[in-house]
Amino acid sequence: MIQSGNRVISGSLIFLKKGEKKGGVILNKGRSIQAKQQAAGWIFLAPATILIFIMSFWPMFQAFIMSLKKGSSANMVWQTPIYHNYERILQDKTFLTAMGNTFLYLIVEVPIMLILAILLAQLLNNRDLKFRGAFRTMVFMPCAVSLVSYALIFKSLFATQGLINTVLMNLGLISENINWLGTTGTARAVIIIGLIWRWTGYNMVFYLAGLQNIEYSVYEAAKIDGSNGWKTFWYITVPLLRPTIVMTAIMSINGTLQLFDESVNLTNGGPSNTTITMSHYIWNQSLGVGVAKFGYASSLAFVVFIMVGILAFINLKVGDVRD
Amino acid sequence: MTENKKATNSSAIQKRLIPTYIFLIIVCFISVFPIYWMLTAATNTSYEVSTGKIWFGTNVVENMKVLLERAAAASGASLGKVMWNSFLYAGAQTVISIFICSLAGFGFELYHDKNKDRLFAILLLAMMIPGVATLIPLFTMMSKMHLLSTVYAFFLPGIATPFMIMMFRQNSRNFPVDIMEAARIDGLSEWKIFFQMYMPVMKSTYAAAAVITFMNAWNAYMWPRAVMTDNASMTMQMLVANLAGGYTIDYGVLMLGVFFCSVPTMAIFFILQKQFAEGITGAVK
Repeated sequence: MIQSGNRVISGSLIFLKKGEKKGGVILNKGRSIQAKQQAAGWIFLAPATILIFIMSFWPMFQAFIMSLKKGSSANMVWQTPIYHNYERILQDKTFLTAMGNTFLYLIVEVPIMLILAILLAQLLNNRDLKFRGAFRTMVFMPCAVSLVSYALIFKSLFATQGLINTVLMNLGLISENINWLGTTGTARAVIIIGLIWRWTGYNMVFYLAGLQNIEYSVYEAAKIDGSNGWKTFWYITVPLLRPTIVMTAIMSINGTLQLFDESVNLTNGGPSNTTITMSHYIWNQSLGVGVAKFGYASSLAFVVFIMVGILAFINLKVGDVRD
Repeated sequence: MTENKKATNSSAIQKRLIPTYIFLIIVCFISVFPIYWMLTAATNTSYEVSTGKIWFGTNVVENMKVLLERAAAASGASLGKVMWNSFLYAGAQTVISIFICSLAGFGFELYHDKNKDRLFAILLLAMMIPGVATLIPLFTMMSKMHLLSTVYAFFLPGIATPFMIMMFRQNSRNFPVDIMEAARIDGLSEWKIFFQMYMPVMKSTYAAAAVITFMNAWNAYMWPRAVMTDNASMTMQMLVANLAGGYTIDYGVLMLGVFFCSVPTMAIFFILQKQFAEGITGAVK
């Protein structure tokens, strides 16, 4: 970044860039003004950049170092062998369950949610439809509820004495109350239903924005050519929205891998840690209950970081290849 | 005659849309019902909630009393104080964040060169860092700096985000550069260009950024739970999560807590829905 060389420019020498040198001769006066402007640019972006380095990159590096140590906070010492924490992960049944859960939520929830979101966006993009604004507002409304709040609402709805059981009883579909959150399978299902409820409208907003960039006449032409709804959906909407789909998929995968609020507030990881997510487990290992194992928790966190990276990379590649 | 044709045509279209309407009504019902139910439950006793009552009751005053007691016990202060905490933290984070990120977006886009573009690409990598991965080092950092339970611990990790910078950067694309040149010739300094030209022109981006940042900060849970260690510094999210702890949950009181927790975000949603949607899609253009 630092370019010395034979130019003498008042004050802002370090802010000169390589490209400028290649750019050829610039008048002295122009250069000094430009240099000043370049300097101003660096000053503007400095606070945010420095903060991101201190609050994201540096802690990430520290987390890696910590992952090779044992103990908590003040007196941490190197593990022997140094990769011992990572060895431990492979034998940690709860973490493997947490990983399995997270991937289960991912594989079941993300596709359903994204397809539903695209479908809704497509339906709401139809100009012949009445009350579009009202429909859109209602589908979007779950986003106005915080993650903790919706987790608690769902916890109440699916409680043993909750509304869902009451309704099912009255309809005669069940003969005794189901312990939704106390049984592993149903508790996982409730988390997935909750996630779909909370995030479908959110993703729909992206698709609606994406659809607005598609000329509406494309749809009208398709209609004239006799294309039906499904054909239009698969052959026009989905291909044209592909960049948006890739992006929402990355965001959803990223978000699902980091699930925390739902696991903590909806099921508290239970029954006996069978619905726990990775973030929740890492929390329990570090700042949650019991002995704080900062070293081990950091190694788990680093594994999550690698997973997020790999999945985002795969997603980008898949999104590219089909071009 | 043509009008007649149009009319029959449109009624034919509407007829074909009937399945769509039915589907949308079902989806909307599912979307809205839990929120409606939360409102009704807040006015009922826990017993009424558990017997499946789905309309408004008369127990709201009683629930409020219990909620105030529980809030006082949990925070050592009052419900008002906890609400104020959340407003203060989220407000501070919003103001500082949009200032710092807009400044960066301005710098990255309107003064861009190869090195700045490269730096930006590096900053984007921070988007991939999971919150839980930096949790422990950041907690240790805040603890060492004696910032635990202060508003600084709340907002420091959240005020500069690649997403926000990207949003301002993308939206700066349409900023009239020629006018900047003209302003410079008129002797305006770069800072004055930012304050007097950039900020007013980018009003709508600021609004969207403010809405989304406030919502995120208000709804934050894991990080505040880690660093706001004094009971008196707790946020609304922590309080309602606390209400659901323990062996017997009073669902009426819990839902009233959730209601208070949702009032600001609901208000923003209804008043500033367009800005909220823009804030979500933000950087994607």
